[in-house]
Amino acid sequence: MPVESMPVAIAGQFALAALLISIILALARLVKGPAAADRIVALDLISILIVAFLAAYSIYAGETSFLDVAIGYALIAFLGTAALARFLMRSALKKSENREKLENMRHYE
Amino acid sequence: MNEIITAVLLVLGSLFSFVAALGMLRLPDTVIRMHAATKAGTLGAGLILIGEAFFYAELGITLRALAAITFLLLTAPVAAHLIGRAAYFSNVKLWHKTWIDQLAERYKTGGYFDPDHK
Repeated sequence: MPVESMPVAIAGQFALAALLISIILALARLVKGPAAADRIVALDLISILIVAFLAAYSIYAGETSFLDVAIGYALIAFLGTAALARFLMRSALKKSENREKLENMRHYE
Repeated sequence: MNEIITAVLLVLGSLFSFVAALGMLRLPDTVIRMHAATKAGTLGAGLILIGEAFFYAELGITLRALAAITFLLLTAPVAAHLIGRAAYFSNVKLWHKTWIDQLAERYKTGGYFDPDHK
């Protein structure tokens, strides 16, 4: 059920629409790539946008429990981004041509 | 009064998020795109969360919104750092106008990490 107050309802509808369009734009970058790092950056932005969407929806719907969902989602999204970045780092270090150049930084692996 | 503040913060936050997504689509390379995603995205989400704190004006909601903002502010730079380092070492293509590569001095490579990909 939307909130009674008129300005918040209008601004909430605007914000939800703008955030949906933003998520679609970020999805376009996720599809386009071209490198794996681009996709990880796009996923990171999408997760931040979803946190913003959940917060805006919890104002618009008058349902405070969505705020807890937003906090939990932010936690999981950070873990996902960190795991993907580590995966990319490891696969970059495994390449043979990089290995020679990186002999002095084995502690990063 | 709180409703007006909430409405303004909602509109501002969603506009910043939109600018972040637009930058994600339009900016030329990975590292520059990270700049849009991390800063404008965090600011947009933070403004909307502050708006929520103003709208409900309860202690519990305000504390939870502040916790979410603090968490976003703590994790966004860490995630950006991890992605940026991984992107550098996986040889993403840099924009043709990029001319500073300070990591090259640290790792004693000539110019960009792998000159073959330039």
